[in-house]
Amino acid sequence: MYRYDEFDAAIVYDRVKQFRGQVERRLSGELSEDEFKPLRLMNGLYLQLHAYMLRVAIPYGTLSSKQLRKLAHIARKYDKGYAHFTTRQNVQYNWPALVDVPDILDGLSTVEMHAIQTSGNCIRNVTSDQYAGATAEEIEDPRPWCEIIRQWSTLHPEFSFLPRKFKIAVTASDHDRAAVRVHDIGLRLHKSLTGEVGFEVIVGGGLGRTPIIGPTIREFLPKKHLLSYLEAILRVYNLYGRRDNKYKARIKILVNAEGVDRFREQVEQEWALIKGSDLDLPVCEIDRIRVYFSPPVFERLPHESASLKESIQSDDGFARWVRVNTAAHKQPGYAIVNISLKPIGGVPGDATDAQMEAAADLAERYSFDEIRVTHEQNLCLPHVKKDNLFAVWTTLKQHDLATANIGLVSDIIACPGLDYCTLANTRSIPIAQRISERFADFDVQENLGEIKVKISGCINACGHHHVGHIGILGVDKKGEEFYQVTLGGSAAEDACLGDIVGRGLSSGEVVDAVERLVDFYRGERNDGERFLDAYRRLGPGPFKEALYANA
Amino acid sequence: MKAVTANRLADGRVVYLAPDGAWTERLVNAAIFENIEAENALASLGASAIEFADAYLIEVHTDGYPSGREALRETIRNSGPTIRTDLGKQAENG
Ligand code: SF4
Repeated sequence: MYRYDEFDAAIVYDRVKQFRGQVERRLSGELSEDEFKPLRLMNGLYLQLHAYMLRVAIPYGTLSSKQLRKLAHIARKYDKGYAHFTTRQNVQYNWPALVDVPDILDGLSTVEMHAIQTSGNCIRNVTSDQYAGATAEEIEDPRPWCEIIRQWSTLHPEFSFLPRKFKIAVTASDHDRAAVRVHDIGLRLHKSLTGEVGFEVIVGGGLGRTPIIGPTIREFLPKKHLLSYLEAILRVYNLYGRRDNKYKARIKILVNAEGVDRFREQVEQEWALIKGSDLDLPVCEIDRIRVYFSPPVFERLPHESASLKESIQSDDGFARWVRVNTAAHKQPGYAIVNISLKPIGGVPGDATDAQMEAAADLAERYSFDEIRVTHEQNLCLPHVKKDNLFAVWTTLKQHDLATANIGLVSDIIACPGLDYCTLANTRSIPIAQRISERFADFDVQENLGEIKVKISGCINACGHHHVGHIGILGVDKKGEEFYQVTLGGSAAEDACLGDIVGRGLSSGEVVDAVERLVDFYRGERNDGERFLDAYRRLGPGPFKEALYANA
Repeated sequence: MKAVTANRLADGRVVYLAPDGAWTERLVNAAIFENIEAENALASLGASAIEFADAYLIEVHTDGYPSGREALRETIRNSGPTIRTDLGKQAENG
């Protein structure tokens, strides 16, 4: 894992000290709320429905057990015993008191964490594939590149006041777990025909009010030019992006207005001026950062584990969990373990202090001290020996963390919605809970296969509803909660936006409607065909009929 | 009818302006104003006040419960998350 150098440590330390002073000045009345608000937002501190909300950055979703224990400690000491993992691979506290926030930030800084650039019109926390460094699919570990981008973008003076916020995601696998096509910039490491590794550069994707699947503006960018090319994109955006209208300020609007070709030309022109300058890191610096992400020292093991086989045969619950929640590791004898934060009827993405500590202990003992946060609001232990899976599962079960539903219909993304969020139209979490309860039977879920349900409480789309196989958007109709369903979206390598199929459904109708959709799919599917593929084959018509059948 | 609401500066808790000019945590104890009076009460709070942040008006019934288009939002603010009845004011009032 990356470790802070003296610069990182100094930046974070200075920022906490500065913010402590700003809080004192606000409390004494020296600063007005109008003056203070932008300062607190620069430190990830929002004011939500019930209280302040502190958003803490988890760079590319990677945590050590020490860091996760600190997050648990903060939840217990300063909050209400839990924290919320978000679709941005970040973590949020829902109840911190302003007077405690400087101490919380102090505590975070002792484990090399902070809340810088988790808000505001700057380059936000870079996100990545939660299987980075563990999956056999990847060309190389994408995280050194995330870290290089993090260092370049941290407090970048030219890009601290962009027209709007800016999100970058990086992946290095064909199977896209980082949703790179719905970010301001998506980077996909791949091999050229000559075998050289470089980036496909996707610009101007995004969700929200104007959802767009990002177009590729460069098929292949040699790795060494990453920073100069990113800088060129950001300069064009900073110069031409709209600042007169917040809803038209994201880079996707600029790319759309200019057209991909013209936008590309502008970037290439800008790039010509800085390409090969000292923005582009020398190989030795890239290698220096890469060392931090060297693979752990794996044991040489056979592919199969005899003890795992035995446990699978003797315990059906364990067997199911292995089938559903573990993924193939590049190293023989190891597996990737997904920890579901979606218990049946639970709040998606919430974890208690005790659960975080349990996950941290497991990571320390069984996963080379690493935990990942996924954009689907789950956790992941990237490197677990197959021999240890049963022990890991047993502990997870004790902490209600062993729900075997990764990728299934109850593994729902839901934003906080009107239960917490001041921008919400409607609640999201109760809909997720009711759908999860409706499909509580694990045989049924597993038989249904991959179905991605994603729920947002307003058009800002933090719950990624546009790219859900089944997307649900909360809309307010004269003070009543209604839900607009979209179908056929995907955030993966086959990214596409869902179709809006018709009028909104009341909160009483929506869960039955989802069940009818799923029943229809079950009746129509071919062997092994996913919900999304059946939808693509049959088209919206019959699904729409099913959705509104009883209405 | 209207009431004035805000978040308490030091800890962010939802508060309402009481008839004596102090802040109360309970909407039932809040001052209820006619529309114009409410605007005046809000305007007279002063922007640099050190007890609260983000003050605004909400619609309420005469009995002190949220009404109008934002009734659900304000009910949730006044009670706590509907999915965690162990949290927020609903957990303390009972
Ligand atoms: S989608 Fe809307 S309601 Fe949900 S968290 Fe984002 S801003 Fe809040």
